[in-house]
Amino acid sequence: MFAYIVRRILATIPVMVVVALFVFSLLHLSPGDPAVIIAGDTATLDDIARIRQKLGLDQPLYVQFATWVWGLLHGDLGISIFTNLPVSKLIAQRVEPTVTLTISTLIVSVLAAVPMGVLAAWKAGSWIDRVVMVFAVLGFSVPVFVLAYLLIYVFAISTDLLPVQGFVTIGGGLVPFLSHLVMPTLALGMVFAALIARMTRASMLDVLAQDYIRTAQAKGLANDKVLIGHALKNAAVPIATIIGIGVAALISGVVVTETVFAIPGLGRLTVDAILRRDYPIIQGIILVFSAAYVLINLLVDLSYTFLDPRIRY
Amino acid sequence: MTVAPADLTLVEARSVRQGGLLTYIRRHPTMVIGGVLLGLMVLTAVFAPYLGTVDPQALSPIRRLRWPSAQYWFGTDMLGRDVYSRTIYGARVSLTVGISVALLASGIGLLIGLVTGFSRWTDAIVMRIMDGLMSIPSILIAIALMALTRASLQNVIFAIVVADVPRVTRLVRGVVLTLRELPFVEAAHASGTGFFRILWRHIVPNTLPPLLVQGTFVAASAMIVEAILSFLGAGTPPNIPSWGNIMAEGRSLFQVAYYIVLFPGAFLSVTVLAINLLGDGLRDALDPRLARRM
Repeated sequence: MFAYIVRRILATIPVMVVVALFVFSLLHLSPGDPAVIIAGDTATLDDIARIRQKLGLDQPLYVQFATWVWGLLHGDLGISIFTNLPVSKLIAQRVEPTVTLTISTLIVSVLAAVPMGVLAAWKAGSWIDRVVMVFAVLGFSVPVFVLAYLLIYVFAISTDLLPVQGFVTIGGGLVPFLSHLVMPTLALGMVFAALIARMTRASMLDVLAQDYIRTAQAKGLANDKVLIGHALKNAAVPIATIIGIGVAALISGVVVTETVFAIPGLGRLTVDAILRRDYPIIQGIILVFSAAYVLINLLVDLSYTFLDPRIRY
Repeated sequence: MTVAPADLTLVEARSVRQGGLLTYIRRHPTMVIGGVLLGLMVLTAVFAPYLGTVDPQALSPIRRLRWPSAQYWFGTDMLGRDVYSRTIYGARVSLTVGISVALLASGIGLLIGLVTGFSRWTDAIVMRIMDGLMSIPSILIAIALMALTRASLQNVIFAIVVADVPRVTRLVRGVVLTLRELPFVEAAHASGTGFFRILWRHIVPNTLPPLLVQGTFVAASAMIVEAILSFLGAGTPPNIPSWGNIMAEGRSLFQVAYYIVLFPGAFLSVTVLAINLLGDGLRDALDPRLARRM
């Protein structure tokens, strides 16, 4: 078990190395001089020279990479071109809204989608099953920003129930905090919930066809005990896997959701950075998001042994 | 994959012949709905100039922000451009991106997947790279590439293809690894069939059904990514009306003129829904083993 954990953690190193190489090489793969591209159309020769020197682009490539990785390992993600502040500091300032939104979406989606999937599988072929499957297909098809605007129209413009946009930290009072979080969470959670509901249903259908479920029912066990105690427990591993993979959809969605609802998180930072061509920020954000994704999937992998004691490494 | 998917398509084809078209429609209603919706959308894109549209870029400052009416079916935007015409022409961008990305990503993924499926040492290296790329959310790859290059339709397609290739590669590689151990491949090999002939006649045709299913989902997600990129200001250039562009322009006006966002949003959702329904249907038809579960 311990050996497996160590091996699994070590296996994330090559993945992160590839991510770092990709992020580093982005600037150099692009056609033309990166300094010129970053400087934009209105730049003078002095601006370009200044950017080139600031990014170390006048050094040989391997020196640039070594310096950059050395900085990364010390938590140094470079300096923003536009604001002249350290990227790590800019990211740290924006982490809270994004993490809050992501966690609330994770919780709400899992709590809504798993029971939906379980019900759909239990009543397979019935109208409940149909409704859940329709929800799942719609969830995949309605893009997050379309859904976000629909919610804004229904809950903020025509009825005035919820604030149109913005973000309030939990320190600003529980009611404003939650009311600002409802619509972004619903918009962001749709795809994720659709994914989980579908996988839960599929995984439960497999398990419900097993002999031990028939045995449990035959000995007169209550339905909820069979479904949760016997079936869901055995169906848990694929569900955990899809939750881990689905986090990628969540990260993509966060960038858009924060833009629609004007939430000052990492997504907004990304969009501002694109518009200003502030490349060090974009690089830093890709690294942070990818590291979070790899870490979450590492935790999911390690959770298998707890979800299913038969899995021994 | 103990049953070769090619045999299953044969069975499927025969049942169509036996039961006729009506039975087929009754058995796969969602697939037919998806196909019809997508077909309508393709026709809309192709015949955009003949559908009562005007020049989607024509400015008309005196007719700004008119609500939908008999004259302006979907209203006009803040520059007085006709939202109906822009939305109809927008179908061209979305479908072009969706189809091009699906074809390119499938083609490149098939090629890399075949190589990695047969060559052990490239497999080790290439799959590490693919694993790394897959841990970067695809939107971020596309955003990063778009931030570096100039906004153009080709660059949007290129950026989304780069982000999608790893997933297709992994799928093809998986299929190839299973196929090459199957008896019919072994038999072909034993009877002296050359490597490339086996590849072309036995391996490639069997990767096509799963690739086709995957391709539809790649097309659907590519259309969403294009819309997101354009919505964030890093996608299709503003001089080409795309659904994402129109929505981005209507964003700040949403509270006074929500129809600017509503119509392109609805078109995008319906098109993606159509492709997803078609993809689900194709998967049901081509892979009954998976279909029973999903």
